[in-house]
Amino acid sequence: MAIPISYNVRNVLQRPVSTLTTAVGVGLTVAIFIGSIALVSGFRAAMLETGSPANAIALRKGADSEISSGIGRDAANILRALADVAPGPDGRPLASPELVVVTNRERLGQPGSSNVNVRGVDASALALRDHVKIVEGRMFAPGTDEVIVGVRIAPRFANCAVGDRIRFGQRDFTVVGHFGAGGSAYESEIWGDNPVLMPALQRDDVFQSVTFRMRDPARFPALKKELEADPRLQIQLKRESEFYAEQSGLLARVVLPLGVFITIIMAVGAMFGAMNTMYAAVGARAREIATLLVLGFSPLAVLVSFVFESMFLALIGGAIGCLIALPLNGITTSTTNFQSFSEVAFAFRITPGALAAGMAFAAVMGLVGGFLPSLRAARQSIAISLRA
Amino acid sequence: MGLLSLVLVNLGRNKRRTVLTLLSVAFALFLFCALGGVLDTLAESIKVGSETRLVTRNRISLVFPLPLAYRERIAAVPGVKQVSISNWFGGLDPNDPHNFFAQFAVDAATYVPIYRNDVEIVAASPPQAEITLPADVDPKLAAFMTEQNACLVGETLFKRMKWKLGQTITVNGTIYPGSWPFTIRAVYRAKNKSFGEETMLFHWKYLDQRGMGGRAMVGIYILELSDPSRAGDITRAVDAMYENSAAATRTETERAFQAGFVSMYGNVPFVLRVIGLAVVFAILLVAANTMAMAIRERVSEIGVMKTLGFADATVFRLVLIEAAVITLGGGVLGALGAKLLIEGSHFNAMGFLPPMTVRWSTVSGGIAVAVLVGAVSGLIPAWQASRLRIVEALRPAE
Repeated sequence: MAIPISYNVRNVLQRPVSTLTTAVGVGLTVAIFIGSIALVSGFRAAMLETGSPANAIALRKGADSEISSGIGRDAANILRALADVAPGPDGRPLASPELVVVTNRERLGQPGSSNVNVRGVDASALALRDHVKIVEGRMFAPGTDEVIVGVRIAPRFANCAVGDRIRFGQRDFTVVGHFGAGGSAYESEIWGDNPVLMPALQRDDVFQSVTFRMRDPARFPALKKELEADPRLQIQLKRESEFYAEQSGLLARVVLPLGVFITIIMAVGAMFGAMNTMYAAVGARAREIATLLVLGFSPLAVLVSFVFESMFLALIGGAIGCLIALPLNGITTSTTNFQSFSEVAFAFRITPGALAAGMAFAAVMGLVGGFLPSLRAARQSIAISLRA
Repeated sequence: MGLLSLVLVNLGRNKRRTVLTLLSVAFALFLFCALGGVLDTLAESIKVGSETRLVTRNRISLVFPLPLAYRERIAAVPGVKQVSISNWFGGLDPNDPHNFFAQFAVDAATYVPIYRNDVEIVAASPPQAEITLPADVDPKLAAFMTEQNACLVGETLFKRMKWKLGQTITVNGTIYPGSWPFTIRAVYRAKNKSFGEETMLFHWKYLDQRGMGGRAMVGIYILELSDPSRAGDITRAVDAMYENSAAATRTETERAFQAGFVSMYGNVPFVLRVIGLAVVFAILLVAANTMAMAIRERVSEIGVMKTLGFADATVFRLVLIEAAVITLGGGVLGALGAKLLIEGSHFNAMGFLPPMTVRWSTVSGGIAVAVLVGAVSGLIPAWQASRLRIVEALRPAE
């Protein structure tokens, strides 16, 4: 017969201070665990939301990011004229040959500078990306020295407020608007008109990528095969969504192992703390446990009961950890995406899955940390415990 | 001293608890120092940059090149001893694109002399022909210097990739398309640890001819100064020369240039500090819980001690010292463990950073934090113990 769960719950609540200190220790570990998951999923989300599966992006063969790519004007024109490119509302093809350059800009509020992507776009760029919306000011007028700045970087870099003058190469540009893009990496970029930006940045005849809306996204595999085999183009074609997902790979490969390393070491430390608490609990209740055994509860029932108590304690910790981690949700941070060599701002994203993983992690800590003390409880000699 | 031996006896009483607490503190401190080590390594990575060398790059950003023609004019600025060039290649290992290593195309005849104090050549192919090398170039480099597609690789990289001297390796260009063969002609070891041993150097001429069609563009210029005290003047002089040209320049000390890369990590150092604080707070709780449990068990004993004439202050100190001794033990174990394990593992962020270091200041700082945390964690239990009235303490527990 099993020992009622309420026995353990009452016991844990009986010693609030000790319970709380142990639980908070577990909670901090869980919070860091959830935090590192939230960081990676936030970054990944920023990248994933950047690209649409209905769009295709062409890069030069062998290039692993836009900045290492180059597509000549001739190849760009061939791509634009493809029958597979969907037409926009104005009847022109929804295709944007784009210039992407990394520019070094002074940070605001903290010393030093960082790299910001500047994207020269075609007039169809906004229609091509429906999630890009002007949130302040207006869109740049084609053919003028006007640019728009992503909302995530506008407050972080100098000369990015609406009305400011910002210099690229030999020319000054005017910031006329800020744009949002659903939290995606575009929000960390500055956009301007290609024919004006290209000469200012001395990129006359080479674009970095060509992005276009596919008339029939289901035809992508055939289209990819066709275009990659075309000797005039020398390109690789990717779905825009897949391309940006790949761009988040490097950071995920660095942060996740680091997060796991930190969490495991902290978990071992917190588990020792939990073991201490459980040993003390078992020691203080030696007579009580002996009584349970005398009453006919099997040693296995005692073992299960105490392991459960330890897990319950750890789950309180897990809940505390979730509460500590929750305020992180939505906090914006930034790091350089070394694949594009420029800074990307993104928000921590705490998903229900991350919280569940945190609770599961806490339960495992409780299970492992509570096992030895519980074993001791189950094995103790009744005679010795009941004497005295 | 009597007090200390009393503390030690108390610690030995519940050995399991002492050991568990000690290990808990040790793991936490290991982590604390490992995180500190990451910050140390970041700080260390800017040290390869010398205050006595300058770097000139395109003002727009590093991604934009500069014309080779600038070289002669920069070299003519008074106070500049010699000018070398370096160009990021950005190639990938064709077998495993994730197995990253850095490649730079350099002008070896000036690059090697500029870094003569930072690297030494540990292995090299014998030269094919007799040649005269520039002064300050190790004679062992003769084969490397004469062969167009020869490369010089760091020892750590050489071992990691299991390469052999004289082997021809292939690198897939991302910026400069195509598959590029290189022959390994020499291996260097970094005398200055922060120079890094994960880099491959090859001849800029090869890159120019094959990859740029002779357009002669250069990533950065490295300026060795004959008079480092005039670095400020030289910086201004170089940038003024190209102020209004198509490719304006930005010159800064090599250290500031490297610091720019560190600042690219954005908020990462801040995040690591927050985690470090959380770790410290977690050990505080574990240690406090342990001390509270220890005191609870010893209530009647403390009553006896007070009866025997131990002053409240002495009891207070006793508990505090006991807490500090446990955390000191754990702290020393964890902090030294971090130093030995992390530096011993030669962990290296794929050549982005120099080999991971944990400075002694981080180790001693960690131990100090541990002792402090121990003392703080003992405060409440110690205060409770010192306030305990003999009558209550000696009353039977149940």
